Amino acid sequence: MRYGREPEVLKDISFELPRGSFHFLTGPSGSGKSTLLKLIYLSEQASRGRIEIFGQDIALLKRKDRPLMRRRIGVVFQEFRLLDHLSVFDNAALGPRIAGRRPADYRSDIADLLAWVGLGDRMHAMPPALSGGEKQRLAIARAVINRPDILLADEPTGNVDEAMAVRILRLFLELNRVGATVLIASHDTDLVARSGMPSLTLDAGRLARAPRFDPVGEA
Amino acid sequence: MSLAFDPQRWWPAPLLPKGDGRDWTLLFVVAALSFLASLAAVAGLAGQRATLGWRTELTGSATVVVRPSGTDTPDEAAARAEEVVAGVPGVAQALPLDAAKTQALLAPWIGPGGLPPDLPTPRLVAVQLDPTAPASGAAIRQALKAAGIDADVDDHSRWAAQIMRAGLAVEIAGAALFVLIVAVLGAVIAFATREGLAARREVVEALHLAGATDGFVARLFQARFARAAAQAGLAGGALAVLVAVFIKLAGTGDEQLTALLPIAWTDLAAPAPFPLLGALVAAVTARLTAMSVLAGRP
Repeated sequence: MRYGREPEVLKDISFELPRGSFHFLTGPSGSGKSTLLKLIYLSEQASRGRIEIFGQDIALLKRKDRPLMRRRIGVVFQEFRLLDHLSVFDNAALGPRIAGRRPADYRSDIADLLAWVGLGDRMHAMPPALSGGEKQRLAIARAVINRPDILLADEPTGNVDEAMAVRILRLFLELNRVGATVLIASHDTDLVARSGMPSLTLDAGRLARAPRFDPVGEA
Repeated sequence: MSLAFDPQRWWPAPLLPKGDGRDWTLLFVVAALSFLASLAAVAGLAGQRATLGWRTELTGSATVVVRPSGTDTPDEAAARAEEVVAGVPGVAQALPLDAAKTQALLAPWIGPGGLPPDLPTPRLVAVQLDPTAPASGAAIRQALKAAGIDADVDDHSRWAAQIMRAGLAVEIAGAALFVLIVAVLGAVIAFATREGLAARREVVEALHLAGATDGFVARLFQARFARAAAQAGLAGGALAVLVAVFIKLAGTGDEQLTALLPIAWTDLAAPAPFPLLGALVAAVTARLTAMSVLAGRP
């Protein structure tokens, strides 16, 4: 993977995430973690190589089919990507709304989830009025509200305290337990160690370490 | 302090941010286009009515110019011509203009003093034709010739044809103006949609990453511009109606102005469909433009 005529950001990477697996993606800054996530959530296209998601080669995916695949992938962006003109509640409701669900069918779920991530009394607030940690928790709520098949998170605990980080990890583990494939890019070595989950390690755009899988099925 | 928020009463907010200065510019342009289209429609209807009225007046009448010959005085010649013309099938009425009326008609050219009384001036006979089966100019001419009366018949056909042509030209110009206004509206909306997609790039990207289809995103712009076009169209149309009412009231009592632009109260309803039409044009243009722009993005 390269941007324009720049040197390759990712090269010679080959791995497979079994359905229902949980992995961390670690590595130093600039090692290509965010780019790898972008490739998986269809924000970038690989300049060479082959990526299969849900058994489909994404290079062959028609434009009209991409949104349906994206709805099955929840993403927590490092820069949050919240919509500043929408309230916390409206931001969290984005996924169900885009999926065409009726508000009456998901209002309560959103209220419960926001309360769970500690934003119960901030549902009416606008993102510019939130702290970094609050924004991060809202980004997580937005990513998980649709119970995605794949959950990608880019430094999801970077702006929260340790207690909230543990809580968020528990949420991710819970989602994983009910079937979601989870891949979390993180610098937090303590969190990675505490979780006991395997890691993929990138170094200078190459996969330096990957666990051996006994795949149940590919994600 | 936290404000009370009841999730059960929540309703989704608009996904596109509220408008900024650019939206006001767009509203102004669309309102101006609607104003022009509405005024053109009212003027077109009034013009059509004027053309029809003039044409009916001209084709429903004829003028006979009688030249006295032999021992006939002008009045005698006119009376004989009246008798002959009145007997032609298709003539409803023939009315000779006496010397005083003839002098009045000539006054603008020869002044208020009139012509010397002994000058043998031609007399005019105003002829009203039967509207159901009007007599032709040739038939009247033939009857006068057969009676030995030296006269010319003007059935106004030359003027009627010119008025028909002028009316047709006005109608074509009106239709062209309408097409031009619709095209300009489409171009303005297309430009605004492109600008909107560029200005809201981050929002559009966030929606796409959350699984929105191009159609979903296009619908947001489509709805926004359709609503803006309807509102601006309504404002422009209302202003045009006010101007038309002013013209109508200002022309009342002035026969010349009323005859040139006879606006009827029913004409003021002509702009009524324009806001809806504007909204439709805006919606279609915004959708096509947005779909085309989004198709070029990753």
